[in-house]
Amino acid sequence: MRLLNGSGCLDALVAPEVARSLDTFVTKTVTPLPREGSPPVRIAETDVGMLNSIGLANPGIEAFVSEALPRLAELGVPIWVSVGGFSDGDYADLCAALDDRLEVEAIELNLSCPNVDEPAGSVGELVIAARGATAKPLYAKLSPAVPSIGALAVEVKEAGADGLTLVNTIRGLSLDARTLRPTLAREFGGLSGPALKPIALAAIFAAYRATGLPIVGLGGVSTGRDVLEFLAAGASSVALGTVLFGDPDAPARIRSELARELESLAVVEADNIRGRAHGGRFAEWLTLDRHLSV
Amino acid sequence: MRRARPRRARVTVCGNEPVGPYRLLRVGRRSLAPGLPGQFFMLGAPGRLLPRPMSLCTVRPRELAFLIDPVGPGSRALCELSVGETLVVFGPLGRGFRLEVERPLLVGGGIGVAPLPYLSEALGRPPAVLGFRSPRHAEAAALVPRAQVVVEPRLVTQALPAGRFDVLACGPEPMLEAVRELAPAAQLAWEAPMACGYGACWGCAVEIDGRLQRLCVEGPVLEALAA
Repeated sequence: MRLLNGSGCLDALVAPEVARSLDTFVTKTVTPLPREGSPPVRIAETDVGMLNSIGLANPGIEAFVSEALPRLAELGVPIWVSVGGFSDGDYADLCAALDDRLEVEAIELNLSCPNVDEPAGSVGELVIAARGATAKPLYAKLSPAVPSIGALAVEVKEAGADGLTLVNTIRGLSLDARTLRPTLAREFGGLSGPALKPIALAAIFAAYRATGLPIVGLGGVSTGRDVLEFLAAGASSVALGTVLFGDPDAPARIRSELARELESLAVVEADNIRGRAHGGRFAEWLTLDRHLSV
Repeated sequence: MRRARPRRARVTVCGNEPVGPYRLLRVGRRSLAPGLPGQFFMLGAPGRLLPRPMSLCTVRPRELAFLIDPVGPGSRALCELSVGETLVVFGPLGRGFRLEVERPLLVGGGIGVAPLPYLSEALGRPPAVLGFRSPRHAEAAALVPRAQVVVEPRLVTQALPAGRFDVLACGPEPMLEAVRELAPAAQLAWEAPMACGYGACWGCAVEIDGRLQRLCVEGPVLEALAA
């Protein structure tokens, strides 16, 4: 089990000490060409989470590889690069540009940013294009706002993905208290934070059952207990997003909370929790225990 | 001057007084460095997901104080804190005012006066021109020494003294734009909603001179670009 950051939720070059407190750093999404991102206002707090429309601001793959990547490698933390494009050719080019870079441990395919136009082609076609361009582990980051996340996970697995990142934000809207106009300049934004947790758990649960693939789970994780639940639903690793904004010390806190949770369950390794929500001996034991205590 | 290292600490409220429609929230300082005037702290607002950025208003040996306008759920929650309650504070963050100036003139508008008391102290109490939307709001001018006060419809830009000054300003965007017209080299403290305050989210980008700048890293104090 690794603790990562959600792509877009951390800039390791500005906050290296936060990146070093994680097991793996995931970059903000890199696109073929540089992007300024969305105009301000880009963020809005809601009662149950936050909306963002950063819009994939990034220096483009060429500058990323030549300038940012060598500096990121100095962090001493495994680097996953998130990539996003607008066609299957984009995904192939992005993966090809990273394929021979030793600094890059894995590539996350952002197939679901709610703040930019959707790429042409099906998710499966985009993964096939990426698969053809690199031997690196490929994680497909999916939106939970689909008719069947299980079916999509199977499509992505058959297209050659090595793992899944579940879930991306889902589209939301916030209105300004005084003007009743959209708060964000781009009107819609991606909803993250506590509201996303049950949605993420459902997606992880379904995708684990449908594919058995390794899953990086994220969406509203803010405590060690949340990590435990994500693992039980089927995540093999867990990423932190919105919680890092208000609490840059969250990784250390969550680790110690998780250790206490595991201790109370008499479980030694976090990895042993994976999939427990789906039944098996552990679940039977818990049920038995409940019967005995009645 | 080297930037102070930002720290996160749970601090205790030691005062919360009205200043016109605003509140001056005073908290124990603990090991927190005050940083430079114009730098800010992220204040954990009770019951809210995200902390709120507030520039430091006054500094005492054992105390930091923030002037807060209760305009939204987060700032209202902060303004309702009672003495003895605690909150998490993270800072100092961002880029503050450059203090190596010859003839400082402070210009503030509304809640934009927040960083000026600390700035005034650091610069040896230079003259100040402050603008407010009502006499009640103008009560905050008492926090700033040597302040000339104007109330709408009169604007600060109509009250700037003649002569050459190094202008340091904080206030609403239209005021900053108007000040910059008159004083192109002014140091201006801008404002934007922030989620993290430390460069993680890129949510506070604002477009200034056609360029997007992250106010929590490149700002909040930006110097006018060389013409």
